[in-house]
Amino acid sequence: MDPRLVIENIYRSESRKVFATLVRLLGDFDLAEEATHEAFTVAMQQWSADGIPPNPTSWLISAGRFKAIDAMRRQARFQNLQPELIRRLGEIEGQNQLLAEQEIQDNRLRLIFTCCHPAIDPRIQVPLTLREVCGLTTEEIARAFLTTPPTMAQRIVRGKSKIRDAGIPFAIPDSTEIPARLDSVLSVIYLVFNEGYSASSGESLTRVDLSDEAIRLARLLVDLMPDPEAMGLLALMLLHESRRVTRLDADGDIVLLEDQDRSQWDQALIVEGREFIQQSLRSKRFGVYTLQAAISAVHSEARVALETDWAQIVSLYDMLLRVYPSPVVELNRAVAIAMRDDLAAGLALIDGILDRGDLSDYYLAHSARGELLRRLGRSSESRSAFQRALSLTKQAPEQRFLQRRLHSLDNSP
Amino acid sequence: MKYMLLIYGAESCWTEEERTTCMLESMQICEELAQQGKWIDSAPLHSVTTATSLRVRDGVKQITDGPFAETVEQLGGYYIIDVEHLDDAIAIAARLPPAKKGTVEIRPLFPLPDKP
Repeated sequence: MDPRLVIENIYRSESRKVFATLVRLLGDFDLAEEATHEAFTVAMQQWSADGIPPNPTSWLISAGRFKAIDAMRRQARFQNLQPELIRRLGEIEGQNQLLAEQEIQDNRLRLIFTCCHPAIDPRIQVPLTLREVCGLTTEEIARAFLTTPPTMAQRIVRGKSKIRDAGIPFAIPDSTEIPARLDSVLSVIYLVFNEGYSASSGESLTRVDLSDEAIRLARLLVDLMPDPEAMGLLALMLLHESRRVTRLDADGDIVLLEDQDRSQWDQALIVEGREFIQQSLRSKRFGVYTLQAAISAVHSEARVALETDWAQIVSLYDMLLRVYPSPVVELNRAVAIAMRDDLAAGLALIDGILDRGDLSDYYLAHSARGELLRRLGRSSESRSAFQRALSLTKQAPEQRFLQRRLHSLDNSP
Repeated sequence: MKYMLLIYGAESCWTEEERTTCMLESMQICEELAQQGKWIDSAPLHSVTTATSLRVRDGVKQITDGPFAETVEQLGGYYIIDVEHLDDAIAIAARLPPAKKGTVEIRPLFPLPDKP
């Protein structure tokens, strides 16, 4: 095989591991980035002549480390042998360069925790993780978030400066801190996914990549740290992903779950998602992501919408409400009750939530209310609920959906 | 790395008794940090009613009675610590009694090359 192709493959699969380890060794993002590139440049020359070494990843890390040491020596001479730089240089040179595979993997995990550190602005955590952990270019990230490359570059630089100047460690948190810190990692991954999944704004093509990236990131996390909630999040995303092609029609209009062509759902993703849910549930340490995934899995089990096991969905919402009490969860539970028992019971629950003053500006609450009223034949009340919903959303596909609903009310007796 | 922990809080939210307990607890933490070589300096500050603010504009000193900004939450004390990284600083800040009532701002000190 052409060594060039081999090196390209290794670059794709290993460059982020090499980078993460160099960040750990060098304690500096920019230095590590440069050293990673130089290591691959050297590899390209040397491997073409001498063949691929037995452990390319270790080879690359060690080449990158030497390149960085050279660069720091030059810099130290330049800045009149700055004591801090000399101290770090000595430290890096002294480090044992033979790293076990496990340690290389742990360095990726360290990098994830660093980029998703709660001391970094959440709006910066997301692009920073995509840049440093996933290796997306600034241009790609800018395109995905519909902003300009300079704006995105500025955010990423701010994140890197914060890490360096505030002394955010490249470390896996203490076991007591892990649950809270993992939450912050999971929410970054879910944000990346949703940014790609809500294809309602921007070009859907570039945004699908973001969902893929989020799934890849979650897979990596599950590999490195098989936490039940990490599995739950991965399962939730896989199940969402399994319905990607059916949730919008050819015109980009929303297709409700009950109207989707279920034969087109991706069964492989569903099966995989369900396995992770089972594993997480068995651990008995599951939380919100696993429960949401489990609800989604119940939907995917029904061959037709009418066969949906609403009783099980209601009981899962009951559990979810206990771990994570929120009016939005209550709303979803109310809809499930409407489907399990009768429409009026669900409607009464929604009215209760709205009467409390919760969710009064949440378009989905009014849209759900309008739908139940429509099915109950209370057309004029339904119309005003849909109109209220319409006044609360700015997303074009959602507006079109509500307009269609209003239109169908006008044409019914 | 050296960090300054700035303690902000509403001065009125402490009873005399709470203030005494807070002081004792804080001193104990300082003692502990000093033994670990992590403590550099710390002090509570007198009330903002004792503050004086100064600006020099066009060579003229402008002196006013009061703090830099009139806000409910005021700077009430500080710690300077020397620890490995931000997570250590966060762990220490989380133990300080005022963190439960107010806010602890954690600021890394800008390192200057060794002074003579």
